[in-house]
Amino acid sequence: MLIDSPPEQSAEPSAAEQPRKRHSVRAAGLVAALAVLLVVCAASIVVGAKPVPLGDVWHGLFQNSGTGTDVLIADVRVPRTLLGLLAGVALGLSGAVMQALTRNPLAEPGLMGVNAGAAAAVVTATGFLGVTSLTGYVWFAFAGAAAVSVLVYVLGGGRSATPVRLALAGTAATAALYGYVNAVQLLDAAALDRLRFWTVGSLAGAELATVRQVAPFLAVGVVLALLVARPLNAMEMGDDTARALGAHLNRTRVLAMLSVTLLCGGATAACGPIVFVGLMVPYLVRAVTGPDMRWILPYAAVLSPVLLLVSDIVGRVVARPSELQVGIVTALIGGPVFLHLVRRKRMAQL
Amino acid sequence: MTVTPERLPAARVRTVKAIRTPGGLSVRVDPRAAVAGLLLALLALAAAVVLIGSGDYTMTPGEVLATLLGDGTAMQEFVVQDLRLPRVLVALLVGAGLAVGGAVFQTITRNPLGSPDMLGIGQGSTVGALTVIVLFQGGATAVAGGAVLGGTLTGTAVYLLAWKRGVHGFRLVLTGIGIAAILTACIHYLITKANLVDATRAVLWMTGSLDGRDWSHFWPLLTASAVLLPLILAYGRPLRMLEMGDDAAHALGVRVERVRVVLLTSAVLLVAAATAAAGPIVFVALSAPQLARRLTRSPGPNLGASALMGAALLLIADWAATNTFDERRLPVGVVTGVVGGAYLLWLLVTERRAGRI
Repeated sequence: MLIDSPPEQSAEPSAAEQPRKRHSVRAAGLVAALAVLLVVCAASIVVGAKPVPLGDVWHGLFQNSGTGTDVLIADVRVPRTLLGLLAGVALGLSGAVMQALTRNPLAEPGLMGVNAGAAAAVVTATGFLGVTSLTGYVWFAFAGAAAVSVLVYVLGGGRSATPVRLALAGTAATAALYGYVNAVQLLDAAALDRLRFWTVGSLAGAELATVRQVAPFLAVGVVLALLVARPLNAMEMGDDTARALGAHLNRTRVLAMLSVTLLCGGATAACGPIVFVGLMVPYLVRAVTGPDMRWILPYAAVLSPVLLLVSDIVGRVVARPSELQVGIVTALIGGPVFLHLVRRKRMAQL
Repeated sequence: MTVTPERLPAARVRTVKAIRTPGGLSVRVDPRAAVAGLLLALLALAAAVVLIGSGDYTMTPGEVLATLLGDGTAMQEFVVQDLRLPRVLVALLVGAGLAVGGAVFQTITRNPLGSPDMLGIGQGSTVGALTVIVLFQGGATAVAGGAVLGGTLTGTAVYLLAWKRGVHGFRLVLTGIGIAAILTACIHYLITKANLVDATRAVLWMTGSLDGRDWSHFWPLLTASAVLLPLILAYGRPLRMLEMGDDAAHALGVRVERVRVVLLTSAVLLVAAATAAAGPIVFVALSAPQLARRLTRSPGPNLGASALMGAALLLIADWAATNTFDERRLPVGVVTGVVGGAYLLWLLVTERRAGRI
């Protein structure tokens, strides 16, 4: 509930009833979004390079008897969809939290170099330390994501950062880190062959084991994000007001950054760097829900996987028989959205 | 000379001397800038001589100079004339071109980070070159052509997309960042599409290298530089006015938008030509103008000093790249990337403190 308004009986909606009405509209919208997400998940299982009749999909899901189609559904399409779902939730939530934390509509993990930090750490792990399993390098991804997110946040000027400054700091960090990633790949052809697919951001080749490994990290990240929703709301009004309202500023910032790191680092470790999902969805959601984080977060959590899975499906379909990696599709969709944002009349801060 | 008060306290404003000829021509000379320029030129020359002398067949600086003057043995003549001199000359021009391009971009965006690296020009050139490498398996000349075309198209697109009753610095920067993100996706796509041989060639090109540059790389680059560098230098004065803001420049009689278009076009072409010759060597365009400005301590774009600084930087970086690891000769782009990255972090901190970004 936004405002605890006393029940009122009147023919016309009173001023006090307005928020309640909006409230139920938003709840209905969320239910509709969930329904869309379900449809998209189903489509992600059904659509692919090899078309599978619906009956066979059902068979593969529930009575896996080891036939080619059953294996395709159970071991390829389902893990891929689950991973897309998890990564989507993670990217959307981390983007929303980051935008609120920095009060900056351009704050996005991908743009702020968090993905690049994770990528550089993973490349170091695989290239120099011989770590090849996800369980091994997920920790490196977290460390890289955490280090770079803090670095860019501080370099960009923390909460006093302008959108330009933050974007520049992130771009600069990304440029430097990808230079390093390229150099490592250049010195080690085997690493190049392994990593050139990972550094694009892809859901292809997902395994249930991957999903199982990153899920706990993402779960903690989601819980943290939900915990900071209310204090972030207070912080939107400025530090002094927030403090007066009883928010713990530093605690909130640390928890929010931790949440972003877990969510973004986990998603990046599992699928490679995927950009713009965390920028686009929270931005569009904010236009629908208004500035309340308690609505933005659930909406972003539902709609981001929709975007990610649809991008993945599009990638599977447009370049048949090969595939377009999902990270490429999201960048191709997200870039123009970003340009639109930049061209708006005023780059208003949140 | 225009001096913004917050940048230079009144006490530190130096007198700028002027040389007047009887014919009425007068040239303003900033002693510190002149000395700095001279030192940078000497540094670049020294680095060039050392670089020519180093390698599997080592030569002393004296031998190098003698060979250059035509007094070398046949072997020395061959090594210098055919192998190392073109590489060094390409490095000189690439460094100077990137630095001048960077100085123009940074002045027009009025942001020390508004370099071609950040605006997607390098990525555009890369997409052009990689398209040729991956989709058409083209040779070196075709790759260079693709790079110039890609860079130019990107520059045009950034300018048009940032246009909204004039182009303003920060919108240009952000538009460039957005375009760069899209182009990066295209680069990744091309690399995943390639077979391993093409992919290795592509990544090598993307890192920026001077290996194997010969006279065929040098002449086109020289032609482009000979046209574009003087053009940009001739526009140095209105460019300096632009740094004060559009309104002030307009009031001072500068045709703001036209100057901007001419300068941006030339700068994009110059950077694209440099990129075509050596790949997208990062951070030279960003750091050289900044370092030149700090060295000369004079406000404004400092085009000449930037060019010399860029040339010296790239030569030294190339020397470091070829001599740091004995067996593995790293491409020069790795060195500029690592050094430039560290420099960039420092720049972000200091510039933020000074409130300039």
